[in-house]
Amino acid sequence: MADATKNVSHLELGDTDKTFLDSNELIINMGPQHPATHGVLRVILRLDGEKVLGTECVIGYLHRGVEKIAENRTYAMFNPYVDRMDYVAAVSNGLGYCEAVEKLLNLEAPPRANYIRVILTELNRLASHMLWLGTHALDIGAITPLFYTFRDREEILKIFEKYCGARLTTHAFRIGGCLYETYEGFEQDVTKFLKFVTPKIDEYEELLTTNRIWVERTRNVGMLSAKDCIALGVTGPVLRASGVKWDLRKAQPYAAYPDFEFEIPTGQNGDTYDRYLVRMQEMRQSLRIIEQAVGKIPEGPIMAKVPKVIKPPVGEIYHSIEAPKGELGYFIVSDGSTQPYRVRVRPPSFVNLQALEQMVRGQLVADVIAVIGTLDIVLGEVDR
Amino acid sequence: MLDDVTSYLKSDTTPGQAGNFLWAFIYILLIFLGLSVAVIAMNWLERKILAHMQVRLGPMRVGPHGLLQPIADAIKLLIKEDIMPSESDPFVFWTAPLIVVLTAFTVFIVVPFGPTHAVTDMNIGVLFMLGVSSLSVLGVVMAGWASNSHYPLMGALRSSAQMVSYEIAMGLAVISAVLMTSLNQSGTGTLSMIGIVQAQEAQATWFVFKFFPLGLIAFFVFAVAMVAETNRAPFDLPEAESELTAGFHTEYSGFRWSLFFLAEYSAMIAVSSIAVTLWLGGWLHPFPHWLSGETWDLVFSLFPGLTFVFLAGLTFYSVARMPKHPYFRVQTMGLAGFGAVLGLIGLALFAPPVRDRVQDIYWFAAKVAGFMYLYIWYRGTFPRYRFDQLMTVGWKILLPIGLGVLIVTAILGVVL
Amino acid sequence: MQPVATTFFFYFLAAVTVLSGVLVITRRNPVHSALALILALLGQAGLYLMLYAPFVAGVQIILYAGGIMVLFLFVIMLVSIEKSQKEEQFNNMWIVGLLAALALGALFIGVYVKGRDLFAGREVALPEQSNTQQIAILLYGNYMFAFEIASLLLLVAIIGAVVMAKKRI
Repeated sequence: MADATKNVSHLELGDTDKTFLDSNELIINMGPQHPATHGVLRVILRLDGEKVLGTECVIGYLHRGVEKIAENRTYAMFNPYVDRMDYVAAVSNGLGYCEAVEKLLNLEAPPRANYIRVILTELNRLASHMLWLGTHALDIGAITPLFYTFRDREEILKIFEKYCGARLTTHAFRIGGCLYETYEGFEQDVTKFLKFVTPKIDEYEELLTTNRIWVERTRNVGMLSAKDCIALGVTGPVLRASGVKWDLRKAQPYAAYPDFEFEIPTGQNGDTYDRYLVRMQEMRQSLRIIEQAVGKIPEGPIMAKVPKVIKPPVGEIYHSIEAPKGELGYFIVSDGSTQPYRVRVRPPSFVNLQALEQMVRGQLVADVIAVIGTLDIVLGEVDR
Repeated sequence: MLDDVTSYLKSDTTPGQAGNFLWAFIYILLIFLGLSVAVIAMNWLERKILAHMQVRLGPMRVGPHGLLQPIADAIKLLIKEDIMPSESDPFVFWTAPLIVVLTAFTVFIVVPFGPTHAVTDMNIGVLFMLGVSSLSVLGVVMAGWASNSHYPLMGALRSSAQMVSYEIAMGLAVISAVLMTSLNQSGTGTLSMIGIVQAQEAQATWFVFKFFPLGLIAFFVFAVAMVAETNRAPFDLPEAESELTAGFHTEYSGFRWSLFFLAEYSAMIAVSSIAVTLWLGGWLHPFPHWLSGETWDLVFSLFPGLTFVFLAGLTFYSVARMPKHPYFRVQTMGLAGFGAVLGLIGLALFAPPVRDRVQDIYWFAAKVAGFMYLYIWYRGTFPRYRFDQLMTVGWKILLPIGLGVLIVTAILGVVL
Repeated sequence: MQPVATTFFFYFLAAVTVLSGVLVITRRNPVHSALALILALLGQAGLYLMLYAPFVAGVQIILYAGGIMVLFLFVIMLVSIEKSQKEEQFNNMWIVGLLAALALGALFIGVYVKGRDLFAGREVALPEQSNTQQIAILLYGNYMFAFEIASLLLLVAIIGAVVMAKKRI
């Protein structure tokens, strides 16, 4: 095993000539085929018994060159590709990209389009958090929440399907607004869903929040202080759980977010349990936003005046939104042609993943699993 | 020969004590068959119950309501390629599953399904059960080491540490139950499984209610330790799926893997049998002293038949609910046949000579079945403990409680 | 119940014990040695059973085969097998070892030859049923003090082990 990992790893076994009382250090390869690495993440662990002495992440198993593809596609053609990065939060990805290009074009999406965008994005945030909760709980050994969250996520996917025909990689928005008007009964469906899902979130919490084993497994595990979070560029619920009140929806409002009242839940300790609580609260806040948005959705056009051929002026733009996993940013350089000169994505999962090493060093193997779960990474986004 | 068979039927000891080898052999065969059926049934039930806890249906395709699923699985496992890692230690790799299965089945020699329904009654019965089941950890350790792979090795290390630690708490709880037996008329205690149940009969109480709440606490300690001993959720660290892929049996496949599976379930039944024997009155029916007398005896002796008839009724209800489509005709007929078999067994159990013999076994099995349900329930509810927390629970919580209960029981035993 | 095929079982168990004892010292792989040792201990437990000492047999299985040997294996599994197999198997003390073995053998033979006279008329026929109780009466009655001293000794050993291991934490 040591030989197999030598070429890629800076981790090395300690001195080989120890006395018999010293325990052997062990290098274990976790992934890319492993039930709890959420896809194809590979973590090389240096262990002393069960204690983690060091880790190294090997990524890139899902690399598809999304950013390079962008250079050979027109702005509109690249839009569906971004859905494939964070495939559990495809709507957020599309929103970020569309808004970035709109900013580059100096466009403004009409208010109704913005409201539809907010509703769908928040629904998507719920779906993403539900998937996170199910898999995170499964990693820690509670198998039942997974089925509950998938049952309820299904309702969200049904709304997506009815709206745009796709369930996962939705391609819901277009540059300049939305392509599809809401279908007949959209508002009722969403309201019905809100009524349906509110008690379900309580149900998840009932299973986990005060469960002794759950609390013991998550409290003081994978601690990350606010200072470290900022130093590492960690964003999203992970940052907020460390006590930093930073949410781009409030800090740099976009779409229709200034119109809504909602709170930014924060934690204090920055441990796995706080991150869990923060995400659970965020789900409730999302419900609040959706409720307000459905209540006062304006009438009007859903598409701005967008030229047939999108040719942004020469320049560059950085636009970021609050995706379910953190700050999702698009940096687009335009050379004035129909295709972007360069697209660079700032994926929240990728940046958050670099905190892994710091969070698990000195902890146990089981905590590595818990921390990978709590970081809520999607390998499609990490590798792009 | 025939004399041997019939003469024993009137005897009031176990075949092992009576020196009747033929009947001992028949009992061994019956227990083996019963266990195999129980494991198959557990397989189906666990998947079904867990599925219904998790808002899904579970197996539905193979046979009506997936009833034939365990059989399909067994066939699949038997004809699957048996892979052995090239760098493994072949001999140890081969023997490990055999040891696990052997120990899991051997303990049933002393399990008393009734006052005479045991292969034999040893005067060290409890000790024998604990000792033999403690040997199963050897098989686990050997399997993990022989695979010559990191994940199985870590699984083996975890399981050996876990099982050795929890054996202590388990032993302390068992000793307090054994101490309670010494309060019968003769003044001396016993380690014999049958003797322990008889002591509960003589003292007119199940030990779980003895010296309330002492018996209850000891029972609780045992109930937690036995889950850890059998490597089941929430203590399933040796095979923690999300951490160690499959723990010590990661490299096993096909038939040898199925041996581990078989052993796991029969070990669950074995430890549940110990718990039932020590604290829940073994084969005694509920409230043996309050509800005694001829009427109550009759009522309780009807239970086995009633259970099967009830199950048959449920089956026929499902038959009635089957979709009326030609595609389901065979399945419907199969389910009806299954219901008919259950119903016939139920009717047969009403016959007076049968029901008197079967009653003890029924109450024992019913109590064990309760534990089996608990096992499934735990699995559906709890997250998994971390290794250090597992050790904390074992050494810092269960061990002191067990010691305390033991000391107080001993003092009470002397004083009273 | 009358015992059956006693002679067969005695020789069978004795052969198992001795053979696995030989395997313990001849196997190069320490894990194989440990497994052979477990087999030897189990054979011994069987012999105890034949001597109408079921309690001792049960304790032998629980403590030695199920407890101590598992810890043995636990440690051995962490040792690098390749390295240990290259090491020399027998050390230079073989003369002393041989002398000790010869002395022990002589003792055994002496006891075997003179045994009938030494223990004449003291053939203990233990009733099967009360073996456990008799051990309890001896341990907690006549030899209470010695028993407690032994447990104290074990306590010292445990504390010593913890102190030695604690250094590294």
